[in-house]
Amino acid sequence: MAESGRYFKLQVIAPDRVFLEEEADMVELTTTEGEIGVLKDHIPLTAIVAPGILRIKKDGQQKEAALHEGFLEILPDKVVILAESCEWPEEIDINRANEAKIRAERRLKGADAEINEARAELALRKSLVRLALAEKQHK
Amino acid sequence: MASMRDIKRRKESIQSTGQITKAMKLVSTVKLQKAKSRAENSLPYFNYMYQTVSSMLKKSSTLSHPYLNAGSSPKKAIIVITSNRGLAGGYNSNVIKLVTGSEIAKEDAVIYAVGRKGRDALARRGYTVAADYSEVMNEPMFGDAVDIGREVLKAFASGEIGEIYIAYTVFKNTVVHIPTFLKLLPVELGEQNQEDGADADLTLMNYEPAAEEALNHIIPKYINSLIYGALVQALASENGARMQAMDAATSNADEMISDLSLLYNRARQSSITQELTEIIAGANAIG
Repeated sequence: MAESGRYFKLQVIAPDRVFLEEEADMVELTTTEGEIGVLKDHIPLTAIVAPGILRIKKDGQQKEAALHEGFLEILPDKVVILAESCEWPEEIDINRANEAKIRAERRLKGADAEINEARAELALRKSLVRLALAEKQHK
Repeated sequence: MASMRDIKRRKESIQSTGQITKAMKLVSTVKLQKAKSRAENSLPYFNYMYQTVSSMLKKSSTLSHPYLNAGSSPKKAIIVITSNRGLAGGYNSNVIKLVTGSEIAKEDAVIYAVGRKGRDALARRGYTVAADYSEVMNEPMFGDAVDIGREVLKAFASGEIGEIYIAYTVFKNTVVHIPTFLKLLPVELGEQNQEDGADADLTLMNYEPAAEEALNHIIPKYINSLIYGALVQALASENGARMQAMDAATSNADEMISDLSLLYNRARQSSITQELTEIIAGANAIG
């Protein structure tokens, strides 16, 4: 590990693969309590991930990914994100995300008592994150 | 001695059986490779999840949380992971034996079946099958594990069931598969994996939201990851077991064929000898 001072180790682990394992100097993401940015020597913290964009910064370079569900553990020299699903902008299927968005919106509008509102809302937020990221990529 | 024609027919039938088992072995070898790499890829996630949850629970040992205590209901949910197809040696029956041999009474067990073989066998023995996720076994995905996890947790939260178990086959390596019966809820973590250094870290860890609420979010994720891990490992074990069974069947067929070839040749020889004797006897009679 580099002892250069401002880098920390970042691991993003998904159930089916190790999504990312590298060094970064800053990472930004959304938790259930709001957006947070993490630098090296952050206090130890465990938080729950909310759907949002994950930004990884290193030497002025920035990488983005869509991060949906999971939780993260922050240690002074290491950040581990356990993501249930996480994808790079180029992996996002815009059509599918669009469909999911419309479906979720319909469910939320519908007066059907059967549907689980919290789940539909989560699905909507996920699809919005995907779309936002994918659109950025195509510009 | 059986006639030449009978032996030949028998040999041909065994030969075609051997061809089928050989083909099945090749198919399951390929599937095993795929399933094995998936099972291996899921390990880092699962291990880290386990570490985090156990360190959280260690810190919050004073907490009383519904997920940490058994429900009042005597009913126990068992997620039984077997295969959809047979011809895998003892793979399915080993898992079923775990369920029938456990101390959970038949009346108290509520089966969540993944895999047709287990579902049918347990239904036949009079168990209550609450749900069937057999389709999942063809291509288990994390979303499937989340679905199953949601259902059992819902039943747990509503008090329908008091405890949750899972019966599946651990994939140790290509030849070693261990049928396992595991308790999912209430959470019980083995103490042996705790390092001494972990205690020092724990005092510093902060939770956002507070530990109790964080547990609410993390325990279902932990359960989901356990179920997912069980699904991919069971799939790898299934293919491993089938590969072994088919390999044994193929070599048995080869053995039988060589035995039958010997018999066939002997029968052929004796019939030629007999024909010759008859011809010679006939020629002598004329001459």
